[in-house]
Amino acid sequence: MTHHHEESTVPAAGALDDARVREIVEDFPVLSEEVEGHRITYLDTGATSQNPLQVLDAERDYYLHRNSAVHRGAHTLAVHATDAFEAARRMVAGFVGAAEDELVWTSNATEALNLLAYSFSNASTERWRASAGRFALGPGDEIVTTELEHHANLIPWQELAARTGATLRHVPVTPEGELDYAAAGEVVGPRTRVLAFTHVSNVTGAITDVARLVELARGVGAVTVLDACQSVPHLPVDLPALGVDFAAFSGHKMLGPTGIGALYGRRELLAELPPFLTGGSMITRVTMEEAEYLDPPTRFEAGTQRVSQAVGLAAAVEYLSRLGMDNVHAWEAELGQRLAEGVERIEGVRLLGPAAGRERAGLVSVHVEGVHPHDVGQILDTQGIAVRVGHHCAQPLHRALGVTATTRASAYIYNTTDDVDRFLEALAGVRGFFGVGAAR
Amino acid sequence: MSDLAQLYQQIILDHSRQRTGEGLADAAGLPSAENHQYNPTCGDEINLRVTLDAAGERVEAVTWEGDGCSISMAAASVLAESAPGLGRAEFQELVDRFREMLHSRGKVEPDAELLGDAAAFAGVSKFVARIKCAMLAWVAAEEAAREAGARAGSA
Ligand SMILES: Cc1ncc(COP(=O)(O)O)c(C=O)c1O
Repeated sequence: MTHHHEESTVPAAGALDDARVREIVEDFPVLSEEVEGHRITYLDTGATSQNPLQVLDAERDYYLHRNSAVHRGAHTLAVHATDAFEAARRMVAGFVGAAEDELVWTSNATEALNLLAYSFSNASTERWRASAGRFALGPGDEIVTTELEHHANLIPWQELAARTGATLRHVPVTPEGELDYAAAGEVVGPRTRVLAFTHVSNVTGAITDVARLVELARGVGAVTVLDACQSVPHLPVDLPALGVDFAAFSGHKMLGPTGIGALYGRRELLAELPPFLTGGSMITRVTMEEAEYLDPPTRFEAGTQRVSQAVGLAAAVEYLSRLGMDNVHAWEAELGQRLAEGVERIEGVRLLGPAAGRERAGLVSVHVEGVHPHDVGQILDTQGIAVRVGHHCAQPLHRALGVTATTRASAYIYNTTDDVDRFLEALAGVRGFFGVGAAR
Repeated sequence: MSDLAQLYQQIILDHSRQRTGEGLADAAGLPSAENHQYNPTCGDEINLRVTLDAAGERVEAVTWEGDGCSISMAAASVLAESAPGLGRAEFQELVDRFREMLHSRGKVEPDAELLGDAAAFAGVSKFVARIKCAMLAWVAAEEAAREAGARAGSA
């Protein structure tokens, strides 16, 4: 198989700065689109990232030369497609420090977390209790999540608790919107069977002390589930080194296509985990009465798989790896601080989560006093600035912070300090436009 | 005028701050109904009460409490100002014209005479994402008026 991608044009490793970012932007034609006569300032990567040409080319190349169903049939194209699919798995698994058999393809993080929750509830039934008892839940057991969570890492656990009779509890946030680690020590206890938490908050940008929570969970024999949606795209992440049992992330937030994401699970745990979706591609021998299942990760990949998306995600990972995740992280930390400092200087605008100077990812959520986020977003949009307004799928966190909705700017490798400054300048003008907070 | 200036006309900005009808008023024995509307995409929320006259024929008052963007709050305020005194059929006509204007993508000249201050929302029709904001209170009022009418009829 010699269908390797065209030689990448990604600049080789080295610290990122505005000049290098302007070269990177060349790989993202969509960033040259105009909105309302302004070149777009895309600060909504927290919702979804843009795709570089290298990713689009990889998908196209797959369709042009190798498209076929994987793990089925012995014809040459099928072999090439299967090779591409499995090479993509190796690449993406390696990117998060995992072995290839520890990475299950899913549609996105939401599906990965649901897969896990449904597999746990299967484990709680008579059918699976004997072989997968360690995941079985019932009355008296506790599932613990946090008040910081995206709905994707909350609702599957609510439903799992309701199905099994287990109790759902949560680690609260402090009034500043940070995880209350002292309270975590009290909430997590001998009844805790699952501890599910986010690595980086998609609202506040705070980075969780994973080691601390893993230690708590291990102390009581609970399984840990990490929502790595906002960390894997932005920080160097080694999941086995973090010590979590399971983790989920989405391709579309890390330069990859939509429709592809992954569930990571430690090998010995995946080996015991019952399947969620069943059908073709995940079986060995089938009779009219029963079936035997393949080993992980294929056991969890029923049905025809999303191959071009996996190939595209591998190209995204290759792109990020060439930039170097340490460089990516450093640049975003710089943009994050610039955002936080800038926001703190604007009167009548409140920064949620960690104050400027404290560790944060490259995003900020803000509350503009007297102006609804929807109106804030509108003013920014007419200047070509794309941000997210609303509750960012984290209603409980917003409630805890005493706001219904916020405005979020989230940066990535294709954002310059100019982008940040344009956002800050536009944000500073919002209250004046609506006639609030003018000198009285 | 820029699209943005058309969206945020002075009348709208004024109404979003000096709100008419804010605070749910007691129906004082008159036929009335309440309706709640919620926009899950942005969290805008309104609780609105339509009170009819004793005969159940005219809108006596529209009062509301809500939380949302300037467009949704101003639309509730303008509604509370425009609706009282209208017969139920006239009120429905007003709602229909308002809805029609919002869905016109800026192509229909608003009927300023019929719509009054509500005509100021014509600029919203170019911002498809904001139509729901403008309609929030009006949908609530439409439902509440229908229910209050039914109650008056059966009383
Ligand atoms: C922290 C976090 N978790 C989970 C998700 C869900 O990701 P997806 O919608 O790709 O499944 C997101 C993205 O919206 C997120 O930011």
